[in-house]
Amino acid sequence: MDGVVQLQKQLVDYSASLFDEGILDEQFNQLQQLQDESNPDFVVEVVSLFFEDSERLLNELGKALEQQTVDFKKVDAHVHQLKGSSSSIGAQRVQKLCIGFRNYCEELNTEGCLKCLQQVKHEYSLVKTKLETLFKLERQLIAAGGSIPT
Amino acid sequence: METARQVCRRNLQESVEVCDGSPELHVLAVDDSLVDRKVIERLLKISSCKVTAVESGTRALQYLGLDGEKGKGSVGFDGLKVNLIMTDYSMPGMTGYELLKKIKQESSLLKEIPVVIMSSENILTRIDRCLEEGAEEYLVKPVKLADVKRLKDFIIRGEGKDSGETRIRKRRRQDDHTSLPQSVPLSSSPALAFDPLSTLMPSSSPSACSTKRAKLRI
Repeated sequence: MDGVVQLQKQLVDYSASLFDEGILDEQFNQLQQLQDESNPDFVVEVVSLFFEDSERLLNELGKALEQQTVDFKKVDAHVHQLKGSSSSIGAQRVQKLCIGFRNYCEELNTEGCLKCLQQVKHEYSLVKTKLETLFKLERQLIAAGGSIPT
Repeated sequence: METARQVCRRNLQESVEVCDGSPELHVLAVDDSLVDRKVIERLLKISSCKVTAVESGTRALQYLGLDGEKGKGSVGFDGLKVNLIMTDYSMPGMTGYELLKKIKQESSLLKEIPVVIMSSENILTRIDRCLEEGAEEYLVKPVKLADVKRLKDFIIRGEGKDSGETRIRKRRRQDDHTSLPQSVPLSSSPALAFDPLSTLMPSSSPSACSTKRAKLRI
């Protein structure tokens, strides 16, 4: 049972660090509350949708900002979507960057937008890695016979 | 000839399933974001609601039979009556606001369905516009379980509940009682009047009143 206790502590500590570092916010907790025995994979499922959606949007953003004449309305629309979905899963840092990104769109500032895109890509990559690690720790805990602390 | 209120009550009784004495609402959720659709669907299901989630205003109108085909009132094409519509504001094509207008301007039972707008943006003029057009509430995203629970109570009991949350803007009727009088003639519904400076908007349109005030008689 010692192994389970250790795994549980590891998970709790890791999870806490994500919140402390501002990578995740309260909304992620809200999602976890929606998970139960009848829907044990809800959080993983939503987050997977977020990953797919974000990767598509980041791709589109890259293409849109490469154009000779940038369509800022289109760029803004993509950023708005990214802001929405990151907010819905609690990816706080990504969400916050999107706010600044939209300001550059309004100013029709290509350079500003490109800089933001780089930052968003970085933060997205970070939250993706962190969440994947979190889910791995959860799986390990469950495989060892433990349960995820609520 | 039945009054609109009687018709509304009968429809509610007919359409709402009773499980252990607690009625099941059918909610039509409209959002272009796949992530948000999944979340709202789960929020509603965990609150014991039936959910139909669609990705656009156009799809929503098709579902409600408002796309030119013979109006089926508030019954979706799968035969299930809709008790509440929750729609995102910013959607490509038809916005949630445009969807709201189309629903409220229909001269059928459709305009009786409460419509709630969801938006990530807390813009006062936008909120005012939606409430003026007949939206029941304007929820700032991300929508929480507490929001859904409050909405559900509101719809089932036909009364407003004050959650005390300042970030959610809602209209409050002049007579915000916890228990309603047995009979409320439509003619006594307060006229639409509001003070733009106030964060509370008293009163509501007569059509919304009848939905709110029709208590479920099971």
